[in-house]
Amino acid sequence: MSEPTRRDFLYIATAAVGVVGTAAAVWPFVDQMNPDASVQALASIEVNLDAIEEGSAITVLWRGKPVFIRHRTQKEIDEARAVPLDDLPDQNSENANLPAGTPATDENRAEKPEWLVMIGVCTHLGCVPLGQQGDFGGWFCPCHGSHYDTAGRIRKGPAPRNLDVPQYTFLSDTAIRIG
Amino acid sequence: MAGHSTYHFKNPVVRWFDSRLPLISLVREQLHEFPTPKNLNYWWTFGGIAAICLVVQLVSGIVLAMHYTPHVDMAFNSVEHIMRDVNYGWFLRYLHANGASFFFIAVYIHIFRGLYYGSYKAPREILWMLGVLILLAMMATAFMGYVLPWGQMSFWGATVITNLFSAIPIVGPTIVEWLWGGFAVGNPTLNRFFSLHYLLPFVIFAIVVLHVWALHVPGNNNPTGVEVKTGKDTLPFHPYYTIKDLFAIVVFMLFFLGFVFYAPNMLGHPDNYIPANPMVTPAHIVPEWYFLPFYAILRAIPDKLGGVLAMFASIGVLFILPWLDTSKVRSATFRPLYKQFFWVLVLVCVGLTYLGGKPAEGGYVIAARILTGYYFLHFLVILPLLGLFETPKPLPASISESVLKKGGGGKPAEAAAAPESRG
Repeated sequence: MSEPTRRDFLYIATAAVGVVGTAAAVWPFVDQMNPDASVQALASIEVNLDAIEEGSAITVLWRGKPVFIRHRTQKEIDEARAVPLDDLPDQNSENANLPAGTPATDENRAEKPEWLVMIGVCTHLGCVPLGQQGDFGGWFCPCHGSHYDTAGRIRKGPAPRNLDVPQYTFLSDTAIRIG
Repeated sequence: MAGHSTYHFKNPVVRWFDSRLPLISLVREQLHEFPTPKNLNYWWTFGGIAAICLVVQLVSGIVLAMHYTPHVDMAFNSVEHIMRDVNYGWFLRYLHANGASFFFIAVYIHIFRGLYYGSYKAPREILWMLGVLILLAMMATAFMGYVLPWGQMSFWGATVITNLFSAIPIVGPTIVEWLWGGFAVGNPTLNRFFSLHYLLPFVIFAIVVLHVWALHVPGNNNPTGVEVKTGKDTLPFHPYYTIKDLFAIVVFMLFFLGFVFYAPNMLGHPDNYIPANPMVTPAHIVPEWYFLPFYAILRAIPDKLGGVLAMFASIGVLFILPWLDTSKVRSATFRPLYKQFFWVLVLVCVGLTYLGGKPAEGGYVIAARILTGYYFLHFLVILPLLGLFETPKPLPASISESVLKKGGGGKPAEAAAAPESRG
C-alpha cells in the first residue's frame, strides 16, 4: 500500500463536496411534495355534539379524512369492556391523546365512555368502514373485509391496527375540538 | 447495432447529409434491411401493435390535456366538458380510455409470447428486463391516469393503492403523506398525478427505444428458438414484416375501434361517473381489469405487508426469470412438459383476473390463495426443476430446415435431407 498522494486527497474531497452539494440541490425537489403550509393550516376543527342522539353517529371531515363521532349505547360500551385484551390483534390503544403503548382497553379508547371519536379510515388500505356492521357489531370495511368492534378495535381481517383516535379535547360537555 | 454503413447513396445531398449524421443509414439498416427470421408467426406482431398503442395514447393524451383541469373542484366537470362540448372530445376520451386497455391486451399477449417461446433466455436477458420495466412504468401511468377523472373509483383506487406504501415498516406513513402532499388523497395528489401521468409516457417511449436497441443486437427470437445461422434463415424487415405487422395492426384496430365506437364503457366501471366523495367508499372497489390479477394476489395474503410484498414480487419474479429457467431449449414447441405448464400458468393468470374482480370473502379468497401459490410455484420451483428433468424433443438444425419441412407437404424427409438445395 503506497502513501496517499495529494491527488488522492483532492479526488476524495471533490467527490465528497459533489455528493453533499447534489443532495442539497435535490432536497427542495423532494420536499416540495410534502404537505404544504395551507394544508397544515387546516389542522383543527370544532364540532358540536348536541344533536347526536344516543345510538347514532356523525361523520365530519378533518384533514381530508372522515372522523366518526359516535354516541355509544350502554350495550355497546358493555360489549367493548367485556373483551379480554388477549383477544385483540392490536393491543395498543392507538390513541393520540395518550402516550404510545397504552393498552387497548375501552377506557383508553374513549375519554368519555359514551363518546367514541376516531378517524374513519381503515388501517388496512384506507377505505371508510361502514358503521354497525360486521361480526362484532362495530365497523366493517367493505374493501378487504376487516371487522372492528364497538370500540373501533380490529378483531378480524387484514387491517393491522385499531382505528386511530385523533387528538381531541372536550371544550364543554357538548363540544369538542379535533386536532 | 452495426457500425458505419457501407451503403453508397447515389444522391449527393443524401450522401453529404448521411456522412455527417447517419440517420438515413440507421433507418435503412434497422428498419429496412434488418435481417429477420423468416418463420415469425402472428404472435410476433404484438410488439409493433404495442408500439402503435403507445403512440395512440401519447397523441390522444396530449390533446386531452389541452381541455382537462387538474383540480379537485373542476376535474370531474372538465372531463364531462370534454365529453359534451369539445369537438370530437367524446372520441378522444374514449380512444384514450379504451386505448389503455388495448395497450395492456397487446403487452400481455407480447409477454406470454415471450414466455412460450423462451425469448427471455440468453442473449436476450436485458431485452426482457427492459420489457418488465416498461410494464411497471405502464402500470404506474395507467394508475395515475385513472385518478384524473376524479370519480369515486378514481378517488378510492388512489387511496387504496397509495396506502400500499403505508405497509413499509417505520417510514411507511411518512412516505404516504409525501405521496399525497397532505393527510389524505386531495388536490395536491391530483395535481402531481397529472404532472407525472404526462411525464411517464415519454419515459416509457425512451425505454422502448432501449428495448428495440437491445432487440436489434441479437436479433429476433423465432418460433423454433433456434438462432439464425445463415442468410437463408432471414428476410429483410421491409417489406416482409412491415406488411405483416401492418396487417395485424389493422385487424387489432378493428377490435379496438369496435370498443371505442360500440362499447366505450364496457371496460370501465360505472361508479367512476359519480364524483369523488371522501366520506363514502363504494361498496365494492375494483381496479381496472388489467390490474385484477395483481389485486387478487394482494388480497390473497391475510397480512398487510405480506400482501403488498407478494404483489410486487409477482412482477419482481419476472425480472429474474432468465436465471430461473434452467432449460437451454427456448421454444415450448420442443419442450413437451413446459408447454403444458405454460398453459396452466395462462389459466392461473386468467383465474386470478376473475378472482380480483370478486369480493374478498369465502371461497374466492381460498381460490385466490391457491392460484397465488401456484403462480410463484411455477416460477420459483417448476421452472428451475423442469430444465433438469425434462427431455426436449430434437431441435431442427436451422430455421430454414424447419420451414421447408413444414412447407414440403408430402415429402418432409426429402426436404430435410437437402435443405440447402432449396431456396
